Amino acid sequence: MKANIKAISYYLPEEILSNDLINKEFPEWDIEKISSKTGINSRHISAKDEFSSDMAVKAAERLFAEHNIDKSTIDYLLFCTQSPDYFLPTTACIIQDKLGLNTSIGALDFNLGCSGFVYGLSLAKGLIAGEMAKNVLLITSETYSKFIHHKDKSNKTIFGDAAAATLISSERGFCSLDKFIFGTDGKGAENLIVKQGGMRFPVSNENEDIQDEFGNVRNDKNLYMNGAEIFNFTGEFVPKLTEAILEKSNLTKEDIDLYIFHQANKYMLNHLRKKIKIPEEKFFIAMEECGNTVSSTIPIALYEAQKQGKLIESKNLILAGFGVGYSWAACNLII
Amino acid sequence: MEINAFLKNFADILDDTDAALITQETVFRDLDEWNSLTALSLIAMADEEYSVKLTGDDIKSSDSLNDIFEIIKNKG
Repeated sequence: MKANIKAISYYLPEEILSNDLINKEFPEWDIEKISSKTGINSRHISAKDEFSSDMAVKAAERLFAEHNIDKSTIDYLLFCTQSPDYFLPTTACIIQDKLGLNTSIGALDFNLGCSGFVYGLSLAKGLIAGEMAKNVLLITSETYSKFIHHKDKSNKTIFGDAAAATLISSERGFCSLDKFIFGTDGKGAENLIVKQGGMRFPVSNENEDIQDEFGNVRNDKNLYMNGAEIFNFTGEFVPKLTEAILEKSNLTKEDIDLYIFHQANKYMLNHLRKKIKIPEEKFFIAMEECGNTVSSTIPIALYEAQKQGKLIESKNLILAGFGVGYSWAACNLII
Repeated sequence: MEINAFLKNFADILDDTDAALITQETVFRDLDEWNSLTALSLIAMADEEYSVKLTGDDIKSSDSLNDIFEIIKNKG
């Protein structure tokens, strides 16, 4: 049985962290110039009392309203986050209740970052193909801002909070899910990490702030990203990932009408685009107003691509997610 | 690989620094424009121009542009 993406909606928190605000805090940081390279003008930040389940509910409610979806048809909920409300219970269970979804649905969380949306699509396809579900609601929601040290200008400039809700169905949608490719290399675990807060290293209140070579401040309960290592990882693996998905789906680079990669930042994306030799007009970038929203960047970009009419003449699309883990995945969509 | 071409490539990733100030002895970390993004630009340049994977540690352990040049040359 075919699995199709039927609809996408997304939610951005109210509070906006603009370039001006960042500049006020870090006068030495030439944010205009930085932004022209990262392609990010503003990021949205979740409120103090707003968590991933709250944002997930808002994204899903928007999905139901915007696309006139009857929520009682949903029979499975997949929730992707790395900033869950609790250790337990499962955040997806809380979301089921808050959304008023049937109690007969299956619901689970999975912990992935930038590759999470593509993994979520693969799980949804498996559930539908295995005739275990007909309408899968996939929600990605992340509040990385709560992990970031207030004096970490690099990460503050890049990351924004967001949630996206996607309905994958056995019924017709605007595209169908075709082939998938996956990859994992835990050797990169330490290069993108929030060390404290799990069982191994509980959150400590005696952390010492450390300043890195670029003047960013953080401690072990904060988000740490080794930009250079992540850059090298993507440069090495994403071209191979692209090649692998083309081969598996029996398509050539020229057959693809639009590539939507995880929107890490414009600078890195353009480096990858040139490396893989994708023409600029076939490479979609949409992160100016929301930054890198981790697992929600691809559904947000896909939504914007559709809104801008980019999918009208398109037939074949490639999605690719890559990052924290390291974890990566790609799939092709047929419109 | 030639030092002058490398210095020109490095000058090209900067926006506001006079290319004349970019020499073998330049301590890149002291440049006003040096930040985490220029570091990524340097890694991208090493990859695009010399097909060399420059790591964060390579940059951290270097002081002058000549140090970077030597690392790229040895890895190339």
